[in-house]
Amino acid sequence: MAESQSKNNSLAGLNEDYASKYGFHDPVDYFHKGVKGINHEVVEMISRMKKEPDWMKEIRHEALDIFFSKPTPDWGNTRLLGEIDYDNVYYFMKPIEEQQHDWDDVPEYIKKTFDRLGIPEAEKKFLGGVSAQYESEVVYHSMRDDLKKQGVIFLDMDSGLREHPDIVKKYFGSVIPATDNKFAALNTSVWSGGSFIYVPPGLDVKIPLQAYFRINAENMGQFERTLIIADKGSRVHYIEGCTAPIYSTDSLHSAVVELLALEDAYIRYTTIQNWSRNIYNLVTKRASAYKNATVEWVDGNIGSRLTMKYPCIQLLGEGARGEVLSVAFAGIDQHQDAGAKMIHAAPNTSSRITSKSISKDNGRASYRGLIKVHKHATNVKVSVECDALLIGEEARSDTYPTMEVDNDQVRVEHEARVSKVAEEQLFYLTSRGLTEDDARLLIVNGFMEPFTKELPMEYAVELNRLIELEMEGSIG
Amino acid sequence: MDNKKPVFEFKDIHVEVEGKEVVRGVSMKVYPGDVHAIMGPNGSGKSSLSNALMGHPLYKITKGEAYIDGKNLLEMSADERSRAGLFLAFQYPLAIPGVTVANFMRAALQAHRGKDADMSDFRKLFLAEMKALSIDKTFATRYLNDGFSGGEKKRVEILQMIMLQPKMALLDETDSGLDIDALKTVAEGINRYHNDENGVLLVTHYQRLLNYIKPDYVHVMFKGQLVKSGGPELALKLEEKGYDWIEQEVNQAAEVS
Repeated sequence: MAESQSKNNSLAGLNEDYASKYGFHDPVDYFHKGVKGINHEVVEMISRMKKEPDWMKEIRHEALDIFFSKPTPDWGNTRLLGEIDYDNVYYFMKPIEEQQHDWDDVPEYIKKTFDRLGIPEAEKKFLGGVSAQYESEVVYHSMRDDLKKQGVIFLDMDSGLREHPDIVKKYFGSVIPATDNKFAALNTSVWSGGSFIYVPPGLDVKIPLQAYFRINAENMGQFERTLIIADKGSRVHYIEGCTAPIYSTDSLHSAVVELLALEDAYIRYTTIQNWSRNIYNLVTKRASAYKNATVEWVDGNIGSRLTMKYPCIQLLGEGARGEVLSVAFAGIDQHQDAGAKMIHAAPNTSSRITSKSISKDNGRASYRGLIKVHKHATNVKVSVECDALLIGEEARSDTYPTMEVDNDQVRVEHEARVSKVAEEQLFYLTSRGLTEDDARLLIVNGFMEPFTKELPMEYAVELNRLIELEMEGSIG
Repeated sequence: MDNKKPVFEFKDIHVEVEGKEVVRGVSMKVYPGDVHAIMGPNGSGKSSLSNALMGHPLYKITKGEAYIDGKNLLEMSADERSRAGLFLAFQYPLAIPGVTVANFMRAALQAHRGKDADMSDFRKLFLAEMKALSIDKTFATRYLNDGFSGGEKKRVEILQMIMLQPKMALLDETDSGLDIDALKTVAEGINRYHNDENGVLLVTHYQRLLNYIKPDYVHVMFKGQLVKSGGPELALKLEEKGYDWIEQEVNQAAEVS
């Protein structure tokens, strides 16, 4: 257990560290910097620069019209959503001309950034493949040769479209159509980067594949697009991490992630989101699980100003299983509006949602969940568990659970708990010599343990370190 | 004993819980090597006294003085009291979900030794003490007191005490809820901990723990005061006669004055 360090007020302490660890930015001379604002010319320009097929260009233009026509959601944090200035965002920036496959060929300033974030080291140690996105494009990509030989495709989405247009055409937007919501439409119109993964039938990719997303420039919008297809009986674990510099004005991150787990396949998708607190993180994530397939979203939200994200699993085939395990930490001025959706569209499907949130100071964490059970989806098992921990008198937590159950052969378990870091627990730990700060940190880490134990060790350590920083000098 | 200083002492301690005075002026001196026992009926203020001395926020000391190893206890927060050498084995230890016994124990020991202190001996010490207390080693990775039986909780309290080696140990109803085998194991643990340099204060309703741990002094607490003190024979008398005669004596004394 690490000792907590400074006892300054927590925001100052946190910003100091975020600035040195993640919050720096590189002064760069981009290959293509783009212009602020969104219109059909920008979309045309993006598509042209990427030398895309016409069908994709058309998808983009249609999606932009959908984006314009759809109203901003009237739920969630409407005040913050209303503050987004779409005209003040760069929708596309291309830092370098060509993607690199050797860290030595990546420009020094970008390589230094990823070095500071520990990406090349992680690649050597425990990853099967790495993708590093900087602004709009993936600047570095590599995968282990043995995985390549076994037929695993792991590319950035742009390369995926170029090299496997048939697969992309078949599945792109099939899980999340542009019409789904305003931000999915925006992403579909200006998407760039993200990951494209295909795992051949029966193959078990035993080591995780990782993508790291980095926003560098002020007012940069990042709109990566990820598509993962696990073919019959295959298994894959994908991890994403994200950070950005601290700027005084806000930036937008709006990703779309589509997963397809075909018959008997298994996908786990792990996110550690640690965006700086000027980022609006509005992400649509959805998976389709076919017969006897399993999809797990392991979703950690630590950073951002506002996050609205509700990973969804459509259980389309008999025996499919879905799980969302999420943790959110809402500190000063943050709102984590996160949750999960489970759509039971086939018999004998099961799902489990475990949501844990910590609100501290004036932070706000909301759980927003949907359970839908279709009429013919009999013998369904659903379990939802929401745990909220409040630290301080101003901290806030809300739950917005929705259940739409259209048949009576369903077993639903729902539990929701809100607790404060109890004085009794603190006393017990301090009576053994731990300072109050250390005791509180131990309780918070314990609260998160069901989540952190699911992470690869390196990420668990990093997450605990982040939480420790957030907890410094907190007032109970 | 004359040339020794008390390892722990308190004078005229008054304790309030939610505005109600539950301890009304109690004093005690514990010299190194001594075992004291406070006995008394339920609700006499025994547990309130030990919780207040440890620094529980709900038990407020409104009057009195207390010293651990010569240092002013009442100026210290609970964690400082612990690091100064005071330990309380709780009657109802709380569960801390997600925190394993081993991680907690390591953190506590590190807090006592200092954050840069060497901890390389921890694992060996910890496993040896678990074994001595007949605690299965799987408990190392279980969450602290989470789903433990009453007896398991008490053993883990004693484990903590032995690991931290306090100068003064308060044991609050450590015998309650234990079967005879567990009682013996726990008593052996306390005896193994106790030496010429530390002090023990057993707080208990029943005499049976005192069959295994010989007290030097027995005090009887009644309505927030220590009304009678004596040697081990006092405990036996209480076992035999119950607490009624104490009540009568107290009432008579009140009439006389």
